[in-house]
Formats: sequence, C-alpha cells, structure tokens
Amino acid sequence: MNKKTKNIIILPYTIWMICFIIVPLLFMIYFGFTNKLNQFTIENILSIFNQDNLKSLILSLELSLISTIICLIISYPLALILKNMNVGKSSFLVFLFILPMWMNSLLRIVAWLTLLEKKGIINSFLLLLGLPRLDIINTPIAIVLGMVYDFLPFMILPIYNSLTKIDDNTINAAYDLGANFFNVLIKIIIPLSMPGIISGITMVFIPSLTTVAIPNILGGGQILLIGNVIEQEFIQSSNWHRGAGLSIVLVIFILIITSFVDRHSEKDDKILM
Amino acid sequence: MKKIILSIALVLLSLFCFSCTNNNKNSVLKIYNAGEYIDPEVIEDFKKEYNIEVIYDVFETNEEMYPIVEIGSVKYDVVCPSDYMIQKMIQNNLLKEIDTNKLTNYENIKKSSLEISKQFDENNNYSIPYMEGTVGILCNNTLLKEKNLPLPTSWKDLWKEEYKDEILMQNSVRDAFLVALKKNGYSLNSTNKQEIDKATNELITQKPLVQAYVVDQVRDKMIGGEALIGVIYSGELLYILDEANGEYDYSYILPKEGTNTWIDSWVITKDAQNIDNAYLWLDFLLREDISKRNAEYITYDTTNEKAQNLLNDLYDRKNKITKDYTNNNNEVFKYLGVDTENYYNDSWKKIKSN
Repeated sequence: MNKKTKNIIILPYTIWMICFIIVPLLFMIYFGFTNKLNQFTIENILSIFNQDNLKSLILSLELSLISTIICLIISYPLALILKNMNVGKSSFLVFLFILPMWMNSLLRIVAWLTLLEKKGIINSFLLLLGLPRLDIINTPIAIVLGMVYDFLPFMILPIYNSLTKIDDNTINAAYDLGANFFNVLIKIIIPLSMPGIISGITMVFIPSLTTVAIPNILGGGQILLIGNVIEQEFIQSSNWHRGAGLSIVLVIFILIITSFVDRHSEKDDKILM
Repeated sequence: MKKIILSIALVLLSLFCFSCTNNNKNSVLKIYNAGEYIDPEVIEDFKKEYNIEVIYDVFETNEEMYPIVEIGSVKYDVVCPSDYMIQKMIQNNLLKEIDTNKLTNYENIKKSSLEISKQFDENNNYSIPYMEGTVGILCNNTLLKEKNLPLPTSWKDLWKEEYKDEILMQNSVRDAFLVALKKNGYSLNSTNKQEIDKATNELITQKPLVQAYVVDQVRDKMIGGEALIGVIYSGELLYILDEANGEYDYSYILPKEGTNTWIDSWVITKDAQNIDNAYLWLDFLLREDISKRNAEYITYDTTNEKAQNLLNDLYDRKNKITKDYTNNNNEVFKYLGVDTENYYNDSWKKIKSN
C-alpha cells in the first residue's frame, strides 16, 4: 500500500475525530475559560471548590469507586471460571454476558426502577413470602447497584480476554515447581492479567463517575452527582460556561486517575520481568 | 485519485440539489412544542388540509427550550412555552408580535385567560393561550384511608412526619420553590433573598420526608400507588384516573395558601421564516373542534371557550373532583431577571446536594 492510498483511507477517520472529538473539546475549553461577556476567566474552573459542587464530586468519586471494586470482585472469579471451563470466546456462556449490552442502558436502568420500587416486583415477591421489604430505591445503594449492573460487562470482558491469553504452560510450570493454587493466582495469573484488570477498571470507573441517568432514575433526584450538577448547569440554569468549566475539572480528574492506574500497571509488568 | 475527486464532487452535487429542492418547497412549518402536548392526529390533519410540510420537535422543560431558540441553530416558527418563559423571551427580543386580526378564530379564546396572560404579556401582543391550569397536591385517597392518614389541605402538610417517604416533589426549580414560598405566605415570584433563603432551608428540612423529585414520573408513580401524595399540574388528574382503572381513587387539592396558575401559549419567534404558515397553524389550533380534540388528548384545561362548551362531560367530571381558580392568592409565574434566576438555581443545587 503506498502512502497516498494510506492517507486516503485514514482521511475519513481524521475528519471524524476532528469534527466530533477535537472541535467539541476546543468548544468546551473555550466555554470553560470565558464568562457570559466572552472575557477570559478561571472562575468556572474554581467553582468546583463551591461547597455543593465539591460535595457532589466527592460523592461521585466514592460511589464510582465502590461500584468499581464490586465489579472487580464479581468479575475476576467469574472470568477465571469461564477460562477454566475452556469454552472458547464464541461460546453461549460468554455470549450470555455480552447479551445485556445489546439493550439500551437507559432501558435497563428503568427496568431496575420497576424491580426495586416500593410496590415493585421484588417487594411484591418478598411480601408474598412474608419477608421484610427491601427499601433501597432512592438511596445511594440503588445507584451503586445500577452502576454495577450497567457496567459489569465492561469489567468481565477485558479480564476474560487477558486471562485467555495466558499460556497454560506457564501455570502448569508453576504447579510443577510446587506452587499451590493461591501462589499461582497471586504470582502468575493476576500479574499476567493486569492489563485486562486495568482496562476493566477504567471502563467501569469513568462511566460511573460521569453518569447522569442512573442517579436521576434510581436515586429519585435526591442525590446529586457531579454529572447531574453539570447537566443542571447546562439545562436548568443555561450557564454553559460554568457547565463547561466543571466538565474540564472532571476531565482532569479522569486523566489523573487513568495515568495513575497506567503507571501502576507498568510497574507490575517490570516486576514480572 | 481522480475517481475519488469525482465521487466527492458527486456527493457535493447531490447535497446541493437536495438543499435546492428543500428551499424550493416554501410551505414548511417548524413547530417546537412541549412533549405529549398535542393530539398527533391534529398535526396530520393540518398537513393534509393546507398541504404544508411540518417539522415537529419537542422539549421537556422550558429551560431546555430557551437556549435552542435563543441561539437559533434551528429556526423554529412557532413555539409553545409557559408564562414566565414567554416574558423572558419578550424581554430578550426573541418573539414577533402577533397580528390577532389575522386570526379568524381569536374570539374563541376565554376572556379570563387573556386577562391572566396580561401578567406576562402586557397587551396580549405576543402569545396565543393554549392550555391553562394550576399546581396542586394529588392524593391517593384509597391508600391514605388504608393508612388512616388525613387528606392534606395546605402546603404545610407536606412537612408532616406522618407522610414520610410518601411525598413526590417536582424536580424543577420554580415549582419546588413555589411550595415553600407559598407555605410561608410569600409571593412565588419573590425576589427577596431572605425569603428565598428561608424557603431553601425549609426545602432542605423537607428532603428526608420526600420519596423522590420527579417531573414526568409523577404520573407513573401515582398510578402505581408508589407514593400517596404528589405535587402535580391539574391537567394530569384525568389521565391518572383513567390509567389507574379504578384501582385507586384520587383527589386533587388546591392548598388554601394559594398556588400557581399557569398558562402555556403559542408564540411566533423573531427568526420565523414561514410567518404565513405560522398564522395558519395558530388559527387552526384555535378552531373549536381542534381545541376540543387537543383538550381530550392532553386532558389539560383548554383556554378555548367554545371548545370548553363542547367538553361538558369532561369538565363535569373534573369539577366533581375539584376546581378552584378563584383563590386571590393564586399567582402566575413571572420572569425574575438573570440575578434572581441564578440565585434560585444555586439555592436549588444546595437543596439537591444536601
């Protein structure tokens, strides 16, 4: 392939990225650093230190951290089991875990609403059995549940992928040399699947941190996460400048977190070598 | 390489032709309406009767609509906002004056509705009233009785411990604040920061008692018996009664302290490009049969007097449940200016994040 045709093939993607990633980002930066009179200001960025905004940012960080940990705890053993069953990537079992992703995530969240409601399906069932009511709708627990449910496949799949890439001979060699299962897990399997864990963590943590719909629907509008604050600035207050400023702060947070996680993964790779 | 240039040229040419045909067709009307706020068949009939192409978009809240009309990226011809938003649009020069002489059915509008409209549109120059109503408390009589709880009669009752976790509040700034402001006997258009602060604090103390802050979900939650009392627009009552199918009995209560009387009206935007069609549309909506169909579909109160006469059954049913426009403390929302609006928005954020 000569250079010219290569350039032509790349062209649509370049245009796409410029139009839908670079330009919107520039808009965001422009709005974030100006006020309504189009003068330069950093007030929008500093508004994150406003007590209410800070509170919702911290709450968002807390909830998304919790849901990421829960996702990891659920996903890792599951991915291990899937790997040990040796079912292959196209099997029905793996397909089952991908299946929910075919449905719109908003619909899945609304489905949880009807499940969890006071007179919802779960509670009617509990009532039928004479058990006490499950009262978690409109609480942070319901939000974490929604996050975990919505983003779980994004944790399972990368971990499963990285696990299937591990050569069984490596594991068998460890057993041959007298390691027990626990040692193999800690010293061989987990370090080798680190790239999957890392991408799983980022793919769960970031959407959880920025979610808008889940707290609105499952939180009953009682709990304001940073995504809702930004939404409110844009829609309710039509203050695009402050909304953009807070979005920049959020992007910075995400960048810090991902670079932190990346660095850790590199270190682990070195240990292994 | 030549082939690629040729194909790009072809694409551009076809795009150009496409936009040409669009421009040639003059009979277009761009409508921007609140969601679920018209009988869809009315739009179809309008298209057929006048042979006009209709582009119809919807918004959920006035606040969401405003920046879109202000920036004018889509040049809508007619929009259907609420009272205070119309005032804001007039002040910011976003609307065109309407020549009511061009509307043959203008006489159908209730005089009282035009009178109320004057509070935000001084000479009735900019807006054509569409639907009207109040904000009140909807109660699930059946479940309240089951739990031995009394019917609320005042906004103060929404602060009573006995309704804990059974209250639905509106998830929008002005509607939420009206409850707290009216409770204290203040104006719902208060610009006094002390009054707003007091309302803010009271809404924060109320928060543990509230089950959820919702907009459109009030309907579903009340129908399902999920909550016992909810702050809601008058028009939703009949819809809820019909949907609940007799499983629960409901009543709509207008608190004694007075409440908000609202009007949603049609306006023509400054940027409108199809003025003639816009007038045809407004006149079409004012026709008594069309107003009747819309009122039946939306279940809100029409501002069309003739249509109202055709809807006796519907109104009899409503009157049995409640109707009270006469409380002297009722007020229309007004636009309060940028500073006060920001103050309300910040206070609201404080309540929600608390």
